[in-house]
Amino acid sequence: MSEIPLTHAYILASILFLIGFVGVIVRKNTLFILMSLEVMLNAVGVAFIGAGSAWHQADGQIMFILVLTLAASEVAVGLALLIRMQKKFQSVDIDILSKMRG
Amino acid sequence: MNLLAWLPFYPLVSFLILIAFGQRLSWTVASLLSVGSIGLSALSSMVLVSQLASTSDHLMVTELWQWFSFTAPYLETAVPISFGFTLDALSGVMILVVSGVGFLIHAFAAAYMKPDPHFTRFMAYMNLFVVAMLILVLADNLVLLYLGWEGVGLCSFLLIGFWYQDRNNMLAARKAFIVTRVGDTSLAIGLFLLFNTLGDLTIANVNAEAPLLWEVGDNAPYWIALFLLGGAVGKSAQLPLQTWLPDAMAGPTPVSALIHAATMVTAGVYLIARMNGLFILAPEVMNYVAWIGAGTLLLAGVAALAQTDIKRVLAYSTMSQIGYMMLALGAGAWSAGVFHLMTHAFFKALLFLSAGAVILALHHQQNLFKMGGLFKKLPIESTLFSVGLVCLIALPGTSGFFSKEAIIGSLWSSSTAGPTLWWAAIVGALITSIYSCRLFFLAFLGASRVESAVEQNNSNLMVMALSVLAVLSIVGGFIPLDLTTVLPSHATNVSTEPIWLHPLAIATPFIGVAFSWFYFKEYRSKAPVNLIEPTSKWSEFCRKGLGFDGLYQTLLVNPFCFIANLNRKDIFDQLLMFFAWYSKLCHDALSGLQNGQARWFAASIGLAALFLVGVFLL
Repeated sequence: MSEIPLTHAYILASILFLIGFVGVIVRKNTLFILMSLEVMLNAVGVAFIGAGSAWHQADGQIMFILVLTLAASEVAVGLALLIRMQKKFQSVDIDILSKMRG
Repeated sequence: MNLLAWLPFYPLVSFLILIAFGQRLSWTVASLLSVGSIGLSALSSMVLVSQLASTSDHLMVTELWQWFSFTAPYLETAVPISFGFTLDALSGVMILVVSGVGFLIHAFAAAYMKPDPHFTRFMAYMNLFVVAMLILVLADNLVLLYLGWEGVGLCSFLLIGFWYQDRNNMLAARKAFIVTRVGDTSLAIGLFLLFNTLGDLTIANVNAEAPLLWEVGDNAPYWIALFLLGGAVGKSAQLPLQTWLPDAMAGPTPVSALIHAATMVTAGVYLIARMNGLFILAPEVMNYVAWIGAGTLLLAGVAALAQTDIKRVLAYSTMSQIGYMMLALGAGAWSAGVFHLMTHAFFKALLFLSAGAVILALHHQQNLFKMGGLFKKLPIESTLFSVGLVCLIALPGTSGFFSKEAIIGSLWSSSTAGPTLWWAAIVGALITSIYSCRLFFLAFLGASRVESAVEQNNSNLMVMALSVLAVLSIVGGFIPLDLTTVLPSHATNVSTEPIWLHPLAIATPFIGVAFSWFYFKEYRSKAPVNLIEPTSKWSEFCRKGLGFDGLYQTLLVNPFCFIANLNRKDIFDQLLMFFAWYSKLCHDALSGLQNGQARWFAASIGLAALFLVGVFLL
């Protein structure tokens, strides 16, 4: 079984990141935005893993564990905020949170 | 010496107290303070002038402090401008007139203005005026003189507009300020030129150094003297800047007496006499001075013939008498001009103040055609007024006679005047006696046309002040005035003069009086003829000061207003407004970005990151 080239891993990570980013900016539902953020984080994770395996170093995997932890805590905080938002506005549409208008 | 240093500051202290406490001071305290401080100045002036006679070089100098210093580009060292006073024979005469006549007018004003609710403000301004005027005449350098010059202008403005609630008074004050500003600017330019060429502005040095540096007829003294003359013309209400003086009569009568007859308007005469060393180097300018004086005295005399307001007659007469002083200065008869300045201060102050007393008795009626027959009703005021008029006409024996004859006598053979100007002065004297008689007949003789009851004056202070002035007006001609230590003497060449010269000059006033006795017969007739103001076009034209106001209105004011209206949206403002518009545009664009949408912010961060990555990679 031949090794997957690093470039392919990067391309996959880039595509995933782009999908996540586009999701963040086009979805109005905050839940989906959080999910898109997860996709972006996972794209970063793919990049780390791929690089770590290509260079035979454990650092990539360690970084992935850190990213995973970050994602978990981010989701915890994000979902809590989402529930507060639903309770306060009866909606999870991100566009109603626009009080920072200049 | 200390006395000299303190001289101008007594009224200043009084001014400060009056302004600070204002209405809280009672009439007695306020008038004691203001009149007393001027009295103190007058006493000090007398002591100083008597001391001056005993000093060896007829000069007293005191330097108070150094004001600041100037550096001209071509000079190595800075030129100090001191705050110092010089007293010589010329400024001695001036401080005596300013503080002496000023004291009498202040005493009169204290009684005259007593009912006014803003009495303290009035006296404060009067005091400030005397301060500025004393600084003007005592200044040892031209910068300090300019300080006093502007100070008297300011006080004149404040006092003309003293009753500022009336729009006309405010307009008159503004007119006086703006018109004299033209002259003041010219004076300032003259001073700059002088400093630039001579590097010194101390009066004594300028007069001493100018003849060493320049020849007679050089370009530099010509221009400097011309610009100084411009300043004098503005302040002394001479042609062509004379239009402000008749309107200045809007102020209270004591102001007209003090500022617009006795002292401030003669500042121009003082300036020219003071800078005689410079003017002698510019005979053409001396010639202009003489012509301006002659022109003004004729024009003002003709205008005075048609006036219906008693104060305006006196205003035009003041203008014309200052014209005489200018004529004397232009002819090089310096002492005669200054002598006339002094006697004129006496009798014109007397005329204005007794006119004020008459106006007060008639409940502020100033129209001559509503007076008549006042000699019986107001004998004291009328007698005093007649004394002033007799001096103005220059009947032999009065002070006006001595000074005016001295002027007329010096004209014929003068190199910068000549027979033409002599004739102008004679015609002027004739007109003077005619308008004086017209005024006298209309106001004091004839049938009474007074509409309301005449209120008898019961203030002793007024009568006392007037009497002292009347005595001064009569004996003023005998005051020995020796100005030879300051001013170059004027030699008349008697041999070239025709024999009839002096007799004609002396006879002229009598001719005028005799002429008016018959010509204005109906003005003095006892029969109750119904006198109406002449309304012909010609007399309207003369009454309005021979059309100068209209001329300036069409030539200067209207075009100025037109341009101002045209340029209402100032073109330079638009230049500045461009920056405002540009920053507003940037602000709008940037604040539009801050729309508060989280997704928009996220997108911006992402795009910016992409952009930065792009920049780093490329």
